[in-house]
Amino acid sequence: MSEEQAKKKQGEGEGEVEAKGKGKGKPGELAIAGVVSITDGASLMEELDEKPKAPLKIPSLEGPPEPKETFEEASRRAIPLKPRLSKAERGSRLFFLFCAILAMGQMLLIMVFLFTESVGLVFSQGGSPGVSLGSFLFGRDWYPTYPDPSFGAFALICGSLAVTLVSTAIAAPLGLGLAMFLSCVAGRRTREFVKPAVELLASVPSVVLGLVGMVVIAPFLQQTLNLPTGLNLLNASVILAVMATPTIASLGEDALSAVPQDIKDASYALGATRWETIWRVTTPAALGGLSTSVILGLGRSLGETMVVLMVAGGAAQIPNSLFDSIRPLTSTLAAEMGETAIGSRHYQALFALGVILFFMTLAFNLLAWYLSRRWRTRR
Amino acid sequence: MFLFGYSKEARKRRDQLATLTIAGLAGFILLVLAALLVYIFVQGISAINWEFLTQFPRQSMTKGGILPAIVGTLYLALGSMVISIPLGFGAAIYLAEYAKQGPLVSVIRLGVANLAGVPSVVFGLFGLSLFVTTFGFGRSLLSGCLTLGLLTLPTVTAAAEEALRQTPSSFREAALALGANRFQAIRQVILPAALPGMLTGAILALGRAAGETAPITLTSATAYSPALPDSPLNEAMALTTHIYNLATNGANIAGTRPQQFGTALVLMAIVLGLSLVAVILRARLRRSRKW
Repeated sequence: MSEEQAKKKQGEGEGEVEAKGKGKGKPGELAIAGVVSITDGASLMEELDEKPKAPLKIPSLEGPPEPKETFEEASRRAIPLKPRLSKAERGSRLFFLFCAILAMGQMLLIMVFLFTESVGLVFSQGGSPGVSLGSFLFGRDWYPTYPDPSFGAFALICGSLAVTLVSTAIAAPLGLGLAMFLSCVAGRRTREFVKPAVELLASVPSVVLGLVGMVVIAPFLQQTLNLPTGLNLLNASVILAVMATPTIASLGEDALSAVPQDIKDASYALGATRWETIWRVTTPAALGGLSTSVILGLGRSLGETMVVLMVAGGAAQIPNSLFDSIRPLTSTLAAEMGETAIGSRHYQALFALGVILFFMTLAFNLLAWYLSRRWRTRR
Repeated sequence: MFLFGYSKEARKRRDQLATLTIAGLAGFILLVLAALLVYIFVQGISAINWEFLTQFPRQSMTKGGILPAIVGTLYLALGSMVISIPLGFGAAIYLAEYAKQGPLVSVIRLGVANLAGVPSVVFGLFGLSLFVTTFGFGRSLLSGCLTLGLLTLPTVTAAAEEALRQTPSSFREAALALGANRFQAIRQVILPAALPGMLTGAILALGRAAGETAPITLTSATAYSPALPDSPLNEAMALTTHIYNLATNGANIAGTRPQQFGTALVLMAIVLGLSLVAVILRARLRRSRKW
């Protein structure tokens, strides 16, 4: 190959990169123009397929044939630089995009509204001094309806975290065990029976579970443990665990089932027992998905309202034991929002609790998303 | 004592023990579910009769029926679907059929995924602030439907997108090769194939909307209404809030237990019935699918 040819070849390569980047080549260079038409043509092939075809024309009905198009027109028709979209196509596409953006924009809207409703809390208003961010987040007294009200959300945040952690401590082993059962132990028939049952459990309304907690579990705890009341942290955690278990189980099963059969087979071929395969091969391979499932279960417990409203007791205190009455963020919101005047201090404080709750669940969700992404890229 | 070490015997024992434990956990959860269903049925069935289902509550809700709550729940759940099905299906079609991988799409997807995890009570706050106050709909069926619609939107979207993605791409390519444009391909080929799957997701969301409590206490529910709602701007009763009110601040909490469980039974029948329909639909779909 001569030096000139090599140079030309190199030029072509560069031109190709540039053509891809810009979508058109430099006009003067023939070789590059050729490359352009090829790359553009390839990318346009799909779009050509979508171009609406003209209806079939029968010459005898249409009159004399239209004048022949010039070469330039013909070539433009063969490789249209911008495919024309019909009105319906463009309209529908816009509508679908609008829906998608609305679905996402809701997130922003929620944030904006929570903020605008709560931001007045930090400013003084009608003689009452503003509540500083520090005293709101870390203040221990939540007395919103006193003549001299105090808005300290720390006990409520602690209540939320406590009930979330205890319920997940119960739900994670149950849910993960169920996931292992569904994906590794159960036969096909058993699975087809158990899986819908688990989904059924997930769809039991929370208020019904709360009712059962009040009527069944509370008296049971009160009598067996000799407590002043059965409405406490433990009761709420047990009921929340019932709600979170199906979430963890079904997401965990997806993660375990996504592990390629090859490596399980390889493990069995090495003589490993089923448990050794589950514990040493399948679980480590699915770890990202499994932790995602547990975190989403955490998020579900954190955001659940009716159960904690009905069975957690409702005292705004930092819990010292499993049998303390607590008042998580969600139940505070639901219980007090009905009695506040719109725009009042208390109303603003409740929206501020909503902001805290929103960001706590957002953090859990992003963590889950990050873990599942990391896990996917590693596989 | 064969549980430790790596003798053949110990490994076998460990395997048996672990399998038993896992199966035991699964059995325990099934037992909890069964006990729950049986308990609610037994407690609730005594309250259920024709009068309970077709009458208004009387004497501070200690007597009479739950007709307005049933009607209110149905209005709220169906009304929320009017919002979430068109928007959710539209968003799903965009994500599955039009969108090319890019920053916009990943942001939308992340937004939808995160939205599904936002607590329902936060949606209630949002609805209270936007629909009840800003738009001036007041506490009404309309506000409740809109709030529940937004609440179920991510569920509907995610399920519909999944269903669309499961349609084989050969369908798409065949339609395009026949000269259909993308909209025609979606409307006439892809949607008919994916619709049962999309509707399954919507039915599940319908059940979820019927079972929600917190968002409607903030946006639409009233403890007692003497008439059925005749306009979207009326307040309405709902089964979930009725249970909550009777169980926590009713006139006779202990005495109305049968009504509470009766209402819970009706609610469960609606919600679980819808879930069951969805599950059966999906199973039949899976069997009848030819691809």
